Amino acid sequence: MIELTDVSKTYERGSRALRNINLKIEDGEFVFIMGRSGAGKSTLLRLLMKETEPTSGTLVVNDVLLNDLPARSVPKYRRTIGVVFQDFRLLRHLNVYENVAFAQRVIGKSTREIRENVPEVLRMVGLSAKYKANVRKLSGGEQQRVAIARALVNRPRLLLADEPTGNLDTATAEEIMRLLEEINESGTTVVVITHSRDIVEKMKKRVLVLDKGVLKSDEGL
Amino acid sequence: MNLNTIGYCFRQGLKNICRNLKFSLASAATVSACIFLFCMFFCICTNLDFIVKNAESNVGITVLFDEELSEDQIREIGDQIAKRPEIREMQFVSAEEAWESFKAEYFAGKEELAEGFSDDNPLAGSASYTILLNDISGQDAMVEWLYTIPGVRQVNYSSSAVSSLTRLNRLITLTSGGIILILLLVAVFLISNTITVAAAFRKNENEIMRLIGATNGMIRAPFVIEGTVIGLIGALVPLAGMTALYNRVSDYLTNRFHLLTDIFRLLPLSAVFPTMAGSALALGMGIGFVVSFFTIRKHLKV
Repeated sequence: MIELTDVSKTYERGSRALRNINLKIEDGEFVFIMGRSGAGKSTLLRLLMKETEPTSGTLVVNDVLLNDLPARSVPKYRRTIGVVFQDFRLLRHLNVYENVAFAQRVIGKSTREIRENVPEVLRMVGLSAKYKANVRKLSGGEQQRVAIARALVNRPRLLLADEPTGNLDTATAEEIMRLLEEINESGTTVVVITHSRDIVEKMKKRVLVLDKGVLKSDEGL
Repeated sequence: MNLNTIGYCFRQGLKNICRNLKFSLASAATVSACIFLFCMFFCICTNLDFIVKNAESNVGITVLFDEELSEDQIREIGDQIAKRPEIREMQFVSAEEAWESFKAEYFAGKEELAEGFSDDNPLAGSASYTILLNDISGQDAMVEWLYTIPGVRQVNYSSSAVSSLTRLNRLITLTSGGIILILLLVAVFLISNTITVAAAFRKNENEIMRLIGATNGMIRAPFVIEGTVIGLIGALVPLAGMTALYNRVSDYLTNRFHLLTDIFRLLPLSAVFPTMAGSALALGMGIGFVVSFFTIRKHLKV
């Protein structure tokens, strides 16, 4: 569950990125966050990932009050969320399998566990056949699937996707969204940041609209 | 951090070295130069110290007495001297023993030449005490005191050789310390640069690690391992070189100056190596660890 109460964020140079945001996202929900550039979408994502602190207000994610979370506990918290980016952020010198396994290695999983978990998640995103392929040789859609697999392999309760279809053509974008929907149906809470009205309208999910740091609307389309 | 994570960090640290091979080699070479000089000066200073100690232990004070004193009177004075705490060892040499020793040394093989002195000891009245001190630096004070004893005719001693060696040892220690310090600073700079380059090279990877929940320690560990391994390589190479060189120099000195080996013999390698190797490894790995630890703290926001 995500719960923001009166959350505001003002950067040091004085720009107010978020103003008194109140919202609640229940476990297992699929939510879009929409808004133009500068609306505060990325700041909200950074707050949820505990990359920055709110100027005021409280944030609770997965039963953790982020305001009080000490620095030493941040890595453990981040293991409960998966993140997918527009530019994929894959390790380009590694193959598909190693990119996904990387997420398990950094949290100290054993080789045996990695050998069990990685093929399973690659099967889920439809990349079993390409596990040996170098990620540079994959299409944009496939690279995003690898990124999703990496975000999912540690079994997060929450998946945050920042413009996951921004670099993809329409057909591929729809495939990725269908994949995210399947992930959501398996129980993971999914929050997608996007500015694509087309995708939002096709998916018929809850939509939060941000405008100049203010939550303008919260509706199920 | 569990064993899997430690293994992963270790492998990544070694990969970092291979990725930045030129920088890593330059850093290791500088550490090697620094540690080679350290080892060389360590050997020189240790051996000089050994030679000084050896010389000191054999440089004695000889106390000669007025000729009219009887042996009993001389021994009484000897008992008085023996009470001094500075004295490590003291030996009485009677006039007869002095003559026998002189004959054995100078008339060896020509004993018939000494027969003319059979009834007349030419060294009569030269009974003496030979004194060895615990600390050679107290020699002057002891000589001064000995002259205050009634019946003491002459005190023979020499400190010039020992003090020259001591001064030389001090000079070498200071010079080598200065050179090693300069090289250490160069090594610190190069290792720091290597780690900075490695951090820039792995920026993307570190960012991903951070986002998926890697701890600060895990993100930094490969860099610290990289620095420590560079330091280790930088220590092992000169240690191997110094081992070979030491044995050669030792053999050369033994063969070339065999007449002087009692004075100028080198310590066996086994006596020098443990301390030298321990210090060199601690120095190399210590520099690598400390420099990489602080460099990565400065350059990597985690």
